[in-house]
Amino acid sequence: MKKSIGFRLNGQPTTLDTEEDRTLLWVLRTDLGLTGTKCGCGIGACGSCTVVVDGTAVRSCQTTLMEVAGKEVTTIEGLARGDELHPLQQAFVDHGGLQCGFCTPGMIMNAYGLLLEDPRPSREKVVDAMEGNLCRCSAYKRILEAIESVASSNGGRS
Amino acid sequence: MMPDLDRRAFLKLVGGGIVVLVRLGPSPALAQFGRGYPEDFNAYLRIDEDGKVTVFSGKIEMGQGVTTSLAQMAAEELGVALDSIEMVLGDTDRCPWDMGTFGSLTTRVFGPVLRKAAAEARAILIELAAEKLGVPRDRLVVRQGVVSVRDEPGRQVSYGALARGQAIARTLGEEAVLRSVEEFEVMGRSVQRLDAVAKVTGKAQYAADIRLPGLLYARILRPPAHGATLARVDTSEAAAMEGVRVVEEDGLVAVLHVDPEMAGAALGRLRPEWNAASPGADTDGVFDDLLSRAPAPEVTGVKGDVEAARTAGTPVLESTFRKGYVAHAPIEPHAATAQLKEGKLTVWSSTQTPFPLRDELARTMGLEAERVRVITPYVGGGFGGKTAGRQAEEAARLARITGQPVQVAWTRAEEFFYDTLDPACIVKIASAVDGDGRITLWDCDVYFAGDRAAEIFYDIPHTRMRVFGGWMGPGASAHRFAVGPWRAPGANMNVFARESQIDVLASEAKVDPVDFRLRNMGDERMGRVVREAAKAFGWTPQPAPSGRGWGVAAGIDSGAYVALAVEVEVDRETGAVRVERVVCAQDMGIVVNPEGAIMQMEGCITMGLGYVLSEELRFDGGRMLDDNFDTYELPRLSWLPRIETVLVKNDALAPQGGGEPPIVPMGGAIANAVFDATGERIFRLPLTPARVKEALGKRRAG
Repeated sequence: MKKSIGFRLNGQPTTLDTEEDRTLLWVLRTDLGLTGTKCGCGIGACGSCTVVVDGTAVRSCQTTLMEVAGKEVTTIEGLARGDELHPLQQAFVDHGGLQCGFCTPGMIMNAYGLLLEDPRPSREKVVDAMEGNLCRCSAYKRILEAIESVASSNGGRS
Repeated sequence: MMPDLDRRAFLKLVGGGIVVLVRLGPSPALAQFGRGYPEDFNAYLRIDEDGKVTVFSGKIEMGQGVTTSLAQMAAEELGVALDSIEMVLGDTDRCPWDMGTFGSLTTRVFGPVLRKAAAEARAILIELAAEKLGVPRDRLVVRQGVVSVRDEPGRQVSYGALARGQAIARTLGEEAVLRSVEEFEVMGRSVQRLDAVAKVTGKAQYAADIRLPGLLYARILRPPAHGATLARVDTSEAAAMEGVRVVEEDGLVAVLHVDPEMAGAALGRLRPEWNAASPGADTDGVFDDLLSRAPAPEVTGVKGDVEAARTAGTPVLESTFRKGYVAHAPIEPHAATAQLKEGKLTVWSSTQTPFPLRDELARTMGLEAERVRVITPYVGGGFGGKTAGRQAEEAARLARITGQPVQVAWTRAEEFFYDTLDPACIVKIASAVDGDGRITLWDCDVYFAGDRAAEIFYDIPHTRMRVFGGWMGPGASAHRFAVGPWRAPGANMNVFARESQIDVLASEAKVDPVDFRLRNMGDERMGRVVREAAKAFGWTPQPAPSGRGWGVAAGIDSGAYVALAVEVEVDRETGAVRVERVVCAQDMGIVVNPEGAIMQMEGCITMGLGYVLSEELRFDGGRMLDDNFDTYELPRLSWLPRIETVLVKNDALAPQGGGEPPIVPMGGAIANAVFDATGERIFRLPLTPARVKEALGKRRAG
């Protein structure tokens, strides 16, 4: 049954008339045309679909629309301010923390969620938080360096 | 075929400016596939009237960084800033024919000709400038796309101004003079990836990100096992769902909807009945099964008298090495978006081979090649797995049947099911070492791994290699699943087996593994690389097993020489192997983008942990037991070892492959380190905790 569901998406109020049990990932990728959020496994085991909901990184393939009603959803498209990259995005560029780029939006959003929760995490905590985000090109070394460079400076802009 | 006519038509299409055509040399494949395009060149470079330089090539970007390294090469030889180069890759309507992106060929084979084309363009521009400025060519210098008179910086003219009103087309001659390493300003330097910003902002588009008006998302009915066939299917329940379209045609059963989730739900409402697959070997039984079906061998590398050396009295040590099926598992599953409009088919596809795919689509769809366009957006990882185009064909067929644009994006389960796996394979080696620690015999039988990287660079008087099939050719059909090239195909197994066996001999001779390799080294370039790795590692000689958990291995792949020295820790309770440290020394000739090369080395090493420690697709008959990342374990961030890379300088050699070589010795280095730590050798990849634990248990019991 269709319902009117409202939430804030990348800072903008958004309302959709649709079924509330639909998956956030697919609503983002189809209805809302935000294809930066990727589907890699569909079971929450790879992290490519990670977005931030009310300050917490979640797997959008495991999240329904009703779960984000009234909340603030941030996707990879909402991180930069105009042409100015978010410090995490800039760090991934500077450190070469990407190759094919498919896991990159999920990696960055997961790290963004981590730094919102703890702006100066220990290495152990970074590794633990990023453990569920897979990178087949295996750029892990530079991904870790990129996240740590932001964590050790200002913890990222929130 | 009249190439000249085609060429004229082509140049008209390209428009004005200065165009240099690049030819890779005669290729029978060109004659076979090159329809619809001039046949005598494979890439071109255009300098526009606004000074913009565009390189058109059929290569694709899948993370390996060629967008950047090719642009660097063109910028270097042309004398322009890197950011004035635009790369157009993998679009069959805009780029000339290319066989595809694999085998670490882009930099090695395509790179030199692209450089020559850019150098030729520069020569043409200098000639034009000499005319325009009224000075001899040798008084002109080029900087950042501007030609000026030496010592008279005021007298200058830009590339853009020179290209204005021109329609010059040249085919690359042999005379173009390349800049030397000493002259390099762009090449040889680390630059930021040109695709980085698009990829961190979510703007980079992949095949499943294409959105078209009226796009339908398809889900396709798949058999539960390889070999199962559809007896009948009741589609009525799915067809009754709102907005669902059901398609049944020649074995293709699909449900489509404007919402991919609804298509998924409709798939669940199909009621198929399957004719069961015939039983067959499982994960552990497959090796004997394969050995019983091995094709006839090709015999190579025969030297001395192997039979005589076998009976010469020196004990012959025989080992059998095994490796299971390994998936490519790119994080982007295969996807394609297809549109058939006014008789022209356009397919956006995740593919490593856009041109062969175009021709395949033309054949299966009954269209002229000119009526098919394949566009390759960013590819989310390939590793050899995106050379097959099944999903593109499915999308094209469904677009034709429904009359609407269709997207086919495989689920992870489909990705595992249809992946062209790295084949299960076996290597048997019989070898001997004399009292002086010199190898006297090497008799090697390779089953299903081919001969890549199998060459023996040790100095051994009696050698023979017999290759019973590889990932392609007669060996490929012995498998129940599709098999294909996987990052350095076959080389991982060949090097695992050889370098493990070298350590078996070193241990027998009670000689340190590095010393043993150097003592028997038959290739000085490799000797240097091994010494560099040992030096950077801080290796001190001790025969294995020393208890330190150190291992070394070396390999040659794609023209690059690599040696790895690693340190592991083995948990004796669980059998888990943790790789603490990897030192990688690589001689890859001239290094175009050192940072890019190092990234590929790090990626190879980290990805290599997977096939060595955990990755093996498990199956029972035709049924896949692993279908997602919950059970098929890829390397994770916590597995990351300390990685140190050494680029061994060799500027006398043209650039060699860089995307594959360092993954090749990972199996040997880690298996040798596990032996060094525990005294137990594991002969089967991956070295899962269960296998290591079992080996350690035997030792305790024995």
